[in-house]
Amino acid sequence: MTAPLASTLPPLERNLPRGRTLGWLAALAVALVGLPLVLPGYQVSIAAQILIFSVLAMSIDVLAGFAGRTPLCHGAIFGASTYVVIYWTTTLGGSLWAGALLGILAATALAALFALLAIRTSGVYFLLLTLALGMIVWGVCLRWTSVTGGENGLRGAGRPAFLADHVSFYYAVLAVVAPVTFAIWRFVHSPFGMTLRGIRDSESRMRALGYNVPLHLFLAFTISGAFAGVAGALYAVFNDFVSPSTVQLSQSVAGLLMAITGGIGTLLGAFVGAACIILLENVVSLFTARWPTVLGLAFILIMIFAPEGIVGRARLALARRR
Amino acid sequence: MGINLFQILNGLTFAALLFIVASGFTLIFGLLRIVNLAHGALYLFGGLVGYSAAQATGSFVLGTLAAMACVALLGVALDQGLLRFVRGVELRQVLLTLGIAFVLNDLGLVIWGGDTYTMPVPDALRGAARIGPLFYPKFRLFVLGLGIVVFAALWLLINRTRLGALIRAGVDDPEIVEAMGINIRRVFLGTFALGAALAGLGGAVGGAFLTLYPGADAEILVFSLAVVIIGGRGSLVGAGVGALLVGLLNAIGQVLFPELAYFVIFGPMALILAFRPLGLFGRTA
Repeated sequence: MTAPLASTLPPLERNLPRGRTLGWLAALAVALVGLPLVLPGYQVSIAAQILIFSVLAMSIDVLAGFAGRTPLCHGAIFGASTYVVIYWTTTLGGSLWAGALLGILAATALAALFALLAIRTSGVYFLLLTLALGMIVWGVCLRWTSVTGGENGLRGAGRPAFLADHVSFYYAVLAVVAPVTFAIWRFVHSPFGMTLRGIRDSESRMRALGYNVPLHLFLAFTISGAFAGVAGALYAVFNDFVSPSTVQLSQSVAGLLMAITGGIGTLLGAFVGAACIILLENVVSLFTARWPTVLGLAFILIMIFAPEGIVGRARLALARRR
Repeated sequence: MGINLFQILNGLTFAALLFIVASGFTLIFGLLRIVNLAHGALYLFGGLVGYSAAQATGSFVLGTLAAMACVALLGVALDQGLLRFVRGVELRQVLLTLGIAFVLNDLGLVIWGGDTYTMPVPDALRGAARIGPLFYPKFRLFVLGLGIVVFAALWLLINRTRLGALIRAGVDDPEIVEAMGINIRRVFLGTFALGAALAGLGGAVGGAFLTLYPGADAEILVFSLAVVIIGGRGSLVGAGVGALLVGLLNAIGQVLFPELAYFVIFGPMALILAFRPLGLFGRTA
């Protein structure tokens, strides 16, 4: 019943010796830092967007890949943080820092509330319930016109001067995303993360071993919501505008699709997935306005042909070669 | 402004529409274990097809039948063409239907544009009927009646016919039904088509009093989800009770907290989940 999308992936640690992993990470870091030096301004902005959505996809992967609970509400949690940041900086005239903090807190609180309701369910029920919860956020944002501006949304106060150009904004995003990625990585590889994997693979066994399964799931959900909130706060600065489309279902779906495209349970696959989906969106929108169709088709094709995702596939291939 | 008969009637008629849509959803969910997230998209697509057909033929009935037939065919095509590849893997099925919903909605946008349409209503159902002291739109009363008829028909189908017995047996244990020499796949396919046709019927009827617009699919989907989450998987009575609860709460919410009406269905759903995670009439699989 709780069979996750892909649980049979061999762990990365077994495939790559530690030294080589570090080497890859160093190469990746150099590439990410050097990126703005070679790319033109607009592409740098897309790269920043990819980094932001990678965090969203990773936050989804924490639940989908490690706790075996696939959520469809993270777009709403993400967008709630965006709303709070923009409302705080414009309507209330507060500072960006406090706004970002409040946004992340709001996302965490929202996730905790959702978690209280959702952790008792699993599998498809979990998916449905989180979907319904996320849709409620969307409904509230759409109808609560006096606060959220309804369909017109809220325009932000503009980026602060030191983040105004694409390159400095990119570095600022990188400076946030890198430690956050490390934190998520540590989180899923901590004993707590191991317990989550145990719950994913056999809930009843973990219960019999004396683990407090609901508490673990609650904390995992809440923490994953906090990470989604970080992404949402970054997005508020990036986009400088928020409307119900930021919290709508397609946002959750896009985030989940990024996580799945990269590979559920691979964590860093989120970067690959986010890059694929966002680049695809940018290429497709050059030719046609039918992005939802492409998104839907991508979803259908991936579900039929490659549910383990790009990084998952690669790892399976690697494991087979050994 | 308090709650009066008018609002209660609004809630009841909305509940009837919700029941029509959600019963299709819960049938498919209960028997096939497929959570069809394209159900909302089928509703909207059916409504739009119904609108065009009704415009072309000038008949509400023909339009409604066209909507049901078209959406039932779509459902069969989806089941046979796409869902067969991911048979038995629940999450992949759900996510696949989500992809279908996106494509279908976008297709609707291409064909009909982003305008709002209202399904034309036959003359006999236009205007208002008098109930005691107040006048109430005849069409909404018709929807209320239709909801009751659909409930009765489905109840009889499931509890009093051979096909219904097969469906019930299939819900409990598809393997044994198959071992008894019954082609359960055909029963599944028929159920999928019936569930989809109910979405189409909902779309045609709902299109006449809620209008059809981009985003209507998502709204009806989340209401249907709430109904099924409250009522429990695959339970017809659960869908009925859930629809009544959600419909009435929505009507009351719209009067008392106009801006947060959407939020009001959330409370009881949360409460019910806290005590019965599988819904009021849900059973473990």
